[in-house]
Amino acid sequence: MNKMQTVIKVGIADLNIVKAPDTIRTSGLGSCVGAVIYDLPKKIAGMAHVMLPDSSLNKQSNLNESKYADTAIPKLIELLVENGARKSSLQAKLAGGAQMFQLSVSSDTMRIGPRNVEAVERQLEIFRIPIIASDVGGNCGRTIEFEPETGKLKIKTVNKGETYI
Amino acid sequence: MHFNQLTSMQKDVLREIGNIGAGNAATSLSKLLNKKIDMQVPAVNIVAFDEVMDLLGGPENLIVAIMFRIHGDAPGTVFFILSMEEAVELVNEVTGNEITLYDDDQVPNDLAISALQEIGNILTGSYLSALSDFTDLDLHPSIPYFGIDMAGAILTVGLNELSQVSDYAIIIDTKINKKKHMDGNMGQFFFLPDPEAFSKLFHALGINGYE
Repeated sequence: MNKMQTVIKVGIADLNIVKAPDTIRTSGLGSCVGAVIYDLPKKIAGMAHVMLPDSSLNKQSNLNESKYADTAIPKLIELLVENGARKSSLQAKLAGGAQMFQLSVSSDTMRIGPRNVEAVERQLEIFRIPIIASDVGGNCGRTIEFEPETGKLKIKTVNKGETYI
Repeated sequence: MHFNQLTSMQKDVLREIGNIGAGNAATSLSKLLNKKIDMQVPAVNIVAFDEVMDLLGGPENLIVAIMFRIHGDAPGTVFFILSMEEAVELVNEVTGNEITLYDDDQVPNDLAISALQEIGNILTGSYLSALSDFTDLDLHPSIPYFGIDMAGAILTVGLNELSQVSDYAIIIDTKINKKKHMDGNMGQFFFLPDPEAFSKLFHALGINGYE
């Protein structure tokens, strides 16, 4: 394979799409959730780095749709379909949603990791997109990279090295 | 509230907060190590979330962090952050032994970790008590939380509150280092006030009209 592979980077509260042979990556997920939605036969994938569960938390004048699970997932699906993915063949993989510190205060913002995971799962259910694999929860940071060519999601953590789901 | 705009007066006040906090922490560390410890002029950074991680070498960069949540009048998050190299050096200085944080099988060294935890507690405690005395605000620190992980994963904990109102963070960033070696960094403090804390801090320090 002589063609140069490009790695598309997704920042915090950001989303983007990618076509094979390029890959898409986001780094240092803690309580945030990396949601990958892809159409495997079409070799196209999208990734959202979701920071918060629900846009009703928003107190900003201009909403950053990529930040919240309930706005980022619909936006990502729309972007994928615009670029040739078929709604009926979309599948998803998830990673992240950790609780980095076992905080004693039971304030809701401190449980943000699990709440992000629940919110992303709820959105995927609404759009009837099956979750093929996920690596969520725990208390470690994750860097993830998805290959639309193979449908594999590489997950890198500090202690466990690299795994694929 | 214009979160990404501060007047130079407001920046000065925030810089002074960094000065007082880190100055007191540097004194504590100096006593602990019986060495001169210096601090750099605090930087007040107004940065996008991705740039927060870039201040620490990128979201995937491994860091050692001790974190406090502050409750009370001026809520926020304080991090004491060390690179892996700085952490090892600090442990060696304190214990007088050459020990590494992890052994060859990646098992953390208990002595090294508890030394770091303890140093972190002392330093963040000094930072906070100076801040509290200086502002005369009622600040209740949480228990300290300790973590070694990717910068992105750890710092997001401090960004969640403010991410509901902004895509920018105001960070009061103060580095401490060994005297004589301007590059001999011994860690840095990040203070991330929650959005509602700013008016309290400014008011406490005598500048009003921050809306």
